[in-house]
Parts: sequence; structure tokens; C-alpha cells
Amino acid sequence: MAVYKQTYKDYSGTRTTPWFRFLILSRYSYARLFQSKFLVLFLAACMFYPLGCAVFIYLSHNIPLLTALRLRSGAMPPIDGQFFNVYCVVQGSLAFLLTTLVGPSLVAPDLANGAMSLYLSRPFSRTQYVAGKMMILLLLLSLITWIPGIVLYLIQAGCAGWDWTRGNAWLAGSIVLGLWIWIVVLSLIALALSAWVKWKIAAGALILGVFFAGAGFGAVIKNVTRTHYGAFIDLMQVVHTIWSDLFRSGSRADLSVTEAWVVLGVTCALCLWLLAKRIRAFEVVK
Amino acid sequence: MQIVVELAKLSVCLGKREILTDLNVELSGRTIGLLGPNGAGKSTLILTLLGFHPVTRGTARVLGYDIRRHIKQVSTLVGYMPENDSFIADMTAVSFVRMMGELSGLPAESALERAHEVLFYVGLGEARYRKLGTYSVGMKQMVKLAQAIVHGPRLLILDEPTNGLDPSARRRMLRLIRDIRDSSQMHVLLCSHLLRDVEETCEEVLILKQGRIVHYANLARERSVNQRFVEIETSDDHAGLAEALTEIGCTCTTHGSRRLKMVLPEDFDLREIYRVAAKRDLPLRRLNYRRDTLEDIFLTAMEA
Repeated sequence: MAVYKQTYKDYSGTRTTPWFRFLILSRYSYARLFQSKFLVLFLAACMFYPLGCAVFIYLSHNIPLLTALRLRSGAMPPIDGQFFNVYCVVQGSLAFLLTTLVGPSLVAPDLANGAMSLYLSRPFSRTQYVAGKMMILLLLLSLITWIPGIVLYLIQAGCAGWDWTRGNAWLAGSIVLGLWIWIVVLSLIALALSAWVKWKIAAGALILGVFFAGAGFGAVIKNVTRTHYGAFIDLMQVVHTIWSDLFRSGSRADLSVTEAWVVLGVTCALCLWLLAKRIRAFEVVK
Repeated sequence: MQIVVELAKLSVCLGKREILTDLNVELSGRTIGLLGPNGAGKSTLILTLLGFHPVTRGTARVLGYDIRRHIKQVSTLVGYMPENDSFIADMTAVSFVRMMGELSGLPAESALERAHEVLFYVGLGEARYRKLGTYSVGMKQMVKLAQAIVHGPRLLILDEPTNGLDPSARRRMLRLIRDIRDSSQMHVLLCSHLLRDVEETCEEVLILKQGRIVHYANLARERSVNQRFVEIETSDDHAGLAEALTEIGCTCTTHGSRRLKMVLPEDFDLREIYRVAAKRDLPLRRLNYRRDTLEDIFLTAMEA
């Protein structure tokens, strides 16, 4: 329409399918997130460790190069469950830092600026809103966790041959499952806390607090009561217990694997309940 | 004429408190005003029509769709401009309006085109690449209107659209509402506590008090009825004039020595009054239609 014709026109064109409409939120959020140079640099930095692992895997199978470097192939640590468990711990920690950077800005500004009524007055449900916001973290965290993890597994499988791949096929499942659990837990906690406090800085502090204060209080409870109940609020220990089980690397944790799964289930349910309470067009003040 | 909003024994409770009680009405005007004192339930009614509050009893239909069963269809057909600040501070106006268009189901390219169009339409063309956080109150109101009409809704719900606007911005907003009403197929439901805004834009008025409908008025009809009540003031004694006007079908009552109130018969030509006065050489100093202002209607409804 020409600028000088400032009249209102009805819209009579086509409409998109509602099934993938939640991705619109993710698309606009990525556009805003990637305006931050710091985030781009951080994402690039997150790739250093997987890159180092890839070099290590290549080296440990390159006998001529090892000989040239005067190293014995047997002296190199094996590429096994323990190796990928350590990979999960390192990349999982980076995923946690990325969550504290990105997570608080997902829901809090929408609630603080009253934008929720605008979203929900459209053919767009609360579930779609949460899915759209969660997708942002799921994709970002996947980029630095299980996707490079699977690439490392494939490099190792390519170098070590069919026998190793057949014997260690379970590792691929453990990498994907272990890191997906961590990504989902981080995303839910970040969204729930971001929705709860409505203030970006406070939400970021709370995400840190849930993990570090949880670990601290857990240790205090453990020492004071001389029981293992403190481990229930130490989410890092809970996840490490599950990872150790998935990678068959022997756990020294206070929790049993079943207890760890129950704690994660309760945490996720709590986050979903909080999101259901907070993601509303209007708050009804009683 | 299509019924825009149909309420049948609609009741809404928030917590244990009943906010809306047994509302029964059918609204079919192009612009409908929703009036009432603070706490009357205007906003609750709007939010219920948008599906934000659950219906406790009764039914409500918007453009023929039951809001309990077909809220998706309702939200596709409705554009909503909330009362409070509602925006995303770190987005430009054009991105914000485009995103809202896409969320309403417009394809990305159409949403971008429409976003530019509506931002020019509401007068924010030059400021459309500025971040919303830097906008003034008046500009934020306009961008809220833009996001409400970007997807071409059939019903536009405006909650206090002139809140916080200076007189010129208010006039501009009201002109836009009238223009939308006149130039499109859109119906407008306007909720305001400013009687003047409603009077200037609406055809129908629904007045709520303590969660109940206390008055429904078709302003256009009331205005035409008011045309039949006339008050004249003469410069001299009007006894003869009253007699002559009664002879041609008017019902007259005197009001002081120089004032005359009358009810005109159907299809009465007003020029007859001047002819009769001229024949009697009686100068008319003033002729007024009686005009029940919306304020009169509102105050009467509140006293009821």
C-alpha cells in the first residue's frame, strides 16, 4: 500500500497451520539473542572441548603420528563410557552457564511488560507459548551437548572399526539420553524461575542458586543429620548419579539411581506446575 | 444483521466471588460501548469473551462461536487491545507487530507487509524501526492498536484505548476507531469509562453495574427519538404560537412566558414552525432539540 493511502484494509489472505506456530516465538527470540556478540563468542568457546576431544580420538588411533610423537598407543586413555561421562560433565557445565545467560530473558520480560495477554488473545495456547520458549534452550543446548557428543562417537566409531561400534552401541544412546535429561531439566528450571520472579537478574541469580545453594544446603543437611537426604536437593549430584549409571562408570554418590530419577521427575513436575500457575494472560488477585 | 456478542445467563466467578451475574443481551451494532463504574465487571466481561476467565454458568457467543467450545475460532476472529502496557521492550515496532500477525496465522511475508501498513495507518510509520521501550505512552497505545488490527480481525476489542493520551492523541485515536468502523467489515467493542469517547464512536451502549446489565441503549435510535422533542424561545408572548402549533399536530407545554416545549408528530417538517412564527410576526430567538446525553442515560442507569 502506498504510504499516502492511510486507510485500513481487511485481510483476506491465507492463514498458516497452527501446529508449528510455536516456532515463530523461537525464531524471533533467536534473532534477538544472536544480536549479542558475547553469546556468539560463548557458543564458539563451548566448541573448544569437543574439538579437543575429536583431536584426541584422532590421535589415539593414528599410530604413525603417536610414534612420531614418541607416545605409545597403550598410554593413551581409552575411549569408553568414562571418557564420554567426563565429556557430559564438561559440556553439561557449559550448558548450565549458557542457561543462566539465556534462560532469564525468556519469560520474565513478557510477564513484566504484560505481553502475555497479547500472545494468549490470539489462536496461540499456553502450551504453545511454553513449547516455543523451551525450544530456544533445547536447540541452543543441543548444539553444545549431545550433537557434538554424537559426532565424537561417530568419529571414534569410524576410527575404531565395527567391533568397537558393535560393542559400544549403548554409548550413543547414553550420550543422547543423558544429555537430553540435563537439557530438559535445565530448560524447565530456567523457564519456571524466569516466570516466577518476572525480573531477569533475579531469575539468573535464582537459577544459579537452585544448583549451588542446593548443593551447599545438601552438604549441610548431610553433615548435620548424617543421612543421605541432603543429596535430594543437590541437582548436580542427582544428574551425575544418572550419568554414572548410563555410562556404566561406577557411582560414588549417596543416592540410588531410582532415587535420582524420582528427584528429577519431581523437579520437572514442580517446574511444570509453576509454569501452569504463572503463564496466564492475567493474574487474578485474591 | 449478524449478532456480534450474545450472552445468555452468563455468570463468571473469580475465586468465590461472583463478578458477572446472569448477563443476557444480544449486541449486533458496528460499534458497541461498554460502560460502567469501576468494578462493574467490564474488563471481566471482555476477558471472559477472550477466554481468559472461565464461564461459571450460562453461555457466551462471539460472532456465533461459543467461547467455551470454539475459543480458537473466536481468537482468530478477534483483535484485542489491552488496557495496560503490553509490549516487548527490546523489539522494534515493525518486528513486534509482524510477530503478532504471524502468531495470528498470517504467513511471514504477509505479516511483514501488514505490519508496515498498519503502523503507517496508526501514524507510527516514521518510528516503526525504533524499539518499543523508547516509545511514549501515546505511541505505545497506537502500537497496541496496530497489533490488534494487523491480522484483520472481525471484532476489535478495545479496553480503555484513550488512557493516558493527550487531547490531540485522544482525538486521533477516536478518529481511527471511527475510520476502522466505517472503512472495514470490523465490529468494535469499546470499553471505556469516558462517556464522551463512547458517545463519539458507538452506536450501542451496554451499561454494567455490580456485575449486572442495568441498561442497554441504541444510541442511534435514541438520537432519532430525541429529534422529536423541541424547545423554542420567542422574543414575545407565545400564547398564540402555541395554539397555532397545536392546530398542526404538535403537543405543546409552556415553560415560562417565552419558552415553549413541544413534541413533534411523525414526519413533521421543522420548517412549519418557522412558517407559523413568520405568519404571526413572532421572532424565534432559539430552537433546540432536546438531547439526552450519554451522561444522562448513564446517570439514570446508575440510579436505577
